[in-house]
Amino acid sequence: MIALDELLVDNLLWAPLLIVLLKVVVVFIVGLLATMLMVWFERKAIAGMQNRIGPNKTGPFGILQTLADGIKLFFKEDLIPNRSDRFVFALAPFLSFVPAFLAFAIIPLGGDFRNGNGGEVTWFGHVTKVQLADPPIGVLFALAISSIAVYGIMLAGWSSGSKYPLIGSVRASAQMVSYEAALGLSLASVLLLAGTLSTSGIVASQTTITQWNVVSTGFIPFIIFLIAATAELNRPPFDLVEAEQELVGGFNTEYSSIRFALFYLAEFMNTVTMSALIVTLFFGGPQPIAFGNFVFDIPLLPNALEGTFWLLAKVLVFLYIYIWFRATLPRLRYDQLMDLGWKVLIPGSLGWFMLLASQRLARQNDWNIFIVTGSSVVVMVACYLLLQAAFSKSAREREIQGSMF
Amino acid sequence: MEFFVFGCAALMILVGAVGVITRSHPVHAALSLVLTLFGVAVLFVAQDAHFLAAVQVIVYAGAIVVLFLFVIMLLGVDRVENLRTEPLTAQRPLAVIVSLGLIGILVAAFTTGSGALHERGEGIIVPDLSTGTDANTTQLAESIFSDYVVAFEVTSVLLVVAVVGTVLLSRRIKSVEVETSK
Repeated sequence: MIALDELLVDNLLWAPLLIVLLKVVVVFIVGLLATMLMVWFERKAIAGMQNRIGPNKTGPFGILQTLADGIKLFFKEDLIPNRSDRFVFALAPFLSFVPAFLAFAIIPLGGDFRNGNGGEVTWFGHVTKVQLADPPIGVLFALAISSIAVYGIMLAGWSSGSKYPLIGSVRASAQMVSYEAALGLSLASVLLLAGTLSTSGIVASQTTITQWNVVSTGFIPFIIFLIAATAELNRPPFDLVEAEQELVGGFNTEYSSIRFALFYLAEFMNTVTMSALIVTLFFGGPQPIAFGNFVFDIPLLPNALEGTFWLLAKVLVFLYIYIWFRATLPRLRYDQLMDLGWKVLIPGSLGWFMLLASQRLARQNDWNIFIVTGSSVVVMVACYLLLQAAFSKSAREREIQGSMF
Repeated sequence: MEFFVFGCAALMILVGAVGVITRSHPVHAALSLVLTLFGVAVLFVAQDAHFLAAVQVIVYAGAIVVLFLFVIMLLGVDRVENLRTEPLTAQRPLAVIVSLGLIGILVAAFTTGSGALHERGEGIIVPDLSTGTDANTTQLAESIFSDYVVAFEVTSVLLVVAVVGTVLLSRRIKSVEVETSK
């Protein structure tokens, strides 16, 4: 009754239990490996963009550099500052590491979603999905996990008992809480079209390229989601949490040894998970690229394995885009960050969501689509003008008072 | 199995709740509150109310307690309080009276309404293969946006009023002073 995997619902047998355990282990190892390779990929790609060579000594192309760094970090001295809150200081790295892995559990990692197959595969005579858990709440689980991830950073900075980490963590909590709203609202457009919360259901609804949510929701929710996700990950250009020029190192300044490694790992793991989530929500996840009836089919590969290949290819694109962001975009100022979140992304995603909802309602009730679109555009422009009026009034008042806040 | 889950969740809730009132450090107290909220979320999952569990974590643990912590850190009250000093001398006896009253009301409510506890209402639709995975969410959405839509909207208006009121009260507009000084 409580089981999240359908295999575990009825009488418990050894084979389903082993399959679920195997999935847990495989997802954990894949997560760790992906993180390791992501760190290497980021260093190598950034080095390329900056005309450097990057890591090249350990293993072929320096691919084992992360492993070497990890082993080195294990043997470093584990410092605990005198003025720190010991219990919370020890707890914080795990609070940021565990959610990073949990969120990976709901990503469909493969399987055949074509022709209405729900991505189910048969392993040892048992039908299952190529994802660790497919809870009924689906993507809400990812939102819940990302809101829990705030605690790790926040408590790390606070428990260090030092000024700069505290500033970093206060920035982090404000940033992550405000961008979560934009993240959730842009997600709502996807859920509106997919009609389900479950991640495998969302993937199954995106068969051809025109049905991919990036196209069918009209691109805006995707852009908002991408920006909000970057802010949620605290990656450049939104990495005010660890702005090294201003804050020494940010929330993790006082951390050393394996505790620091856990934060580092969590950060990259979150990047991988978020890229996979973007692909799942907007780019059809393990679905192959297809136009109408034409499908890019890779010969000789079974359809289920092909899903994993497509997912990997799409995720790689997004990982590269994140690295690209980091190498090219300058960091935002703090007030610019808050303005972008509250004054652009949240109203934008809300307005777009209402537009999509009205379109859907019009199509269901056979209303004249042009009148509905026209009137919703008029309403949106009116809202935009009202918002602008409010902004300029508050800017004028701020000027009189002579303060930023 | 269900009893085991209930036991663990109840233990989490109680330990957290006791922690909130006994820990002398505000941040530790807030973290104990998170433990309690998670326990409640686990109980929701055990009752197949997955959507409520997710919302519990997103809203309470993910936003409200984060704001508590934010305020604690920002105001710099994050140090151990001496629980023996008493800013308001009457508050402890008053608290005892109020909590006894609350216990009395709860006991009275349970004893008079004990019949209702055994009757079963419509209940939550358990999401499974026959109902679809979103049955739970659909049921909740239908009742919020049809039967209880007025209450729902009025609550949201109330929240907006509260937010606007807070902003108005906390923000001192100095423009009048500036103009007179000119």
